[in-house]
Amino acid sequence: MSNWDRFLETFFNAKVMAKYLPDILHGMLVTIELAALVIVAGLVAGLALALLRSLGFRPVNLLIVFVVDLFRALPPLVIIVFIYFGLPAVQLSPSGFVSTWLSLTLVLMAFSEEIYWAGITSIAKGQWEAARSTGLSYGQTLINVVLPQALRLTIPPLTNRTIAITKGTALGTVVAVSEILGMASSAVSNSYNPSPLTMAAIAYLILFFPMVVFGRWLETRMAWKR
Amino acid sequence: MLQTFLNFEIIKAAWPILLAGLGNTVMLSLVVVPLGLIGGLGLAMLASVRKPWVRWPLMAWVDFFRAFPPLVLLIFLFAGLPFAGLELGGFACVCIAFFLNTGAYYGEILRAGIDSVPTGQTEAARSTGLGRIQTMLFVVLPQAVRNVLPDLLSNTLEVIKLTSLGSVVAMPELLFQARQAQSLTYNPTPIVLAAAIYFLMLWPLVRLLSRLENRALAARG
Repeated sequence: MSNWDRFLETFFNAKVMAKYLPDILHGMLVTIELAALVIVAGLVAGLALALLRSLGFRPVNLLIVFVVDLFRALPPLVIIVFIYFGLPAVQLSPSGFVSTWLSLTLVLMAFSEEIYWAGITSIAKGQWEAARSTGLSYGQTLINVVLPQALRLTIPPLTNRTIAITKGTALGTVVAVSEILGMASSAVSNSYNPSPLTMAAIAYLILFFPMVVFGRWLETRMAWKR
Repeated sequence: MLQTFLNFEIIKAAWPILLAGLGNTVMLSLVVVPLGLIGGLGLAMLASVRKPWVRWPLMAWVDFFRAFPPLVLLIFLFAGLPFAGLELGGFACVCIAFFLNTGAYYGEILRAGIDSVPTGQTEAARSTGLGRIQTMLFVVLPQAVRNVLPDLLSNTLEVIKLTSLGSVVAMPELLFQARQAQSLTYNPTPIVLAAAIYFLMLWPLVRLLSRLENRALAARG
């Protein structure tokens, strides 16, 4: 057997791949489900915090800034480990899925709040005043003047950050979530062959490569012409 | 509650274990950040050759590793390669995975930085007799780095946070040590303590970044 054949036999073993394909597909579904829940909850929570912050209550704002800083500074894996292994000490036992979802949601909330906030504050006051003085109402000004400019600024960084955090669903493996990497790892120890890991790698590329390319396209599309 | 999550006895007992972990986290960061920067600089320099047949494969490379969760890369190296007779050990795997993953991120940032420097700068530098490499090092790169400094710092923050993945391949860094201490004491205090250490270590960087980012976004608007 040549080296090339041995390589294929090891990393692209057709028999092993066929056997574990359903597992990996199931893992993909779990990853998609987890990712979707994280994206929705994280972006909504971040927007809620940013809107709350725009009301301008000082004590509330200090608290928001602290929470945002906290979840920007902590590694997601540390938060997952704390929730999964730490909370049972007070009789709370969230599952691995819930622990991962909650951690990544908090992280995405923090990062997206920061981006929304920057978007809101970046629109100069003069824009408001000018639009209002031409006779536009508050709602019209918000929808037709302020939001289009703010969104154009925030969407590219928001997309890239969301993708980066969503990739963190793979961390669920550490707390026994049956997502792609978790399924692949157990398949490797059952079959004593690394082909399931190759499949996992391909599965992640199928899910995330289009998103990364989309993010890059958005970045060029929404850039201001200099 | 305090007895459970901030138990003084356990803090005393776990402190030396965590301190060793912190030392390793700092050391690991000092290895992987420069490694990623070198990888990224290489990619960005290559991409500054503005030819499509150079740029497209480079972009594909960068997007490939940006699409790949770093943990998957790490597990692949750590658990997959031994089947091909390549037993690399946790540290080497972390280094390679970070070189590929964070190198791609740094590369993308630096490329954007180099692109943001007008070509007139290069032409002017070249016409004064500077060589290609001299132009890149002394004229283009300093301006490029200044233009994308917030992104570079933000990525560095992510890289330092990412070193916690080392715990998965049994590198004795902060998170790993905290897990060890936790399973020895049956108490989550070490994890709380580790989180506090991460936070105190990285908070100044987060503060600085949020200022820089706000300023950058406002300037663009």
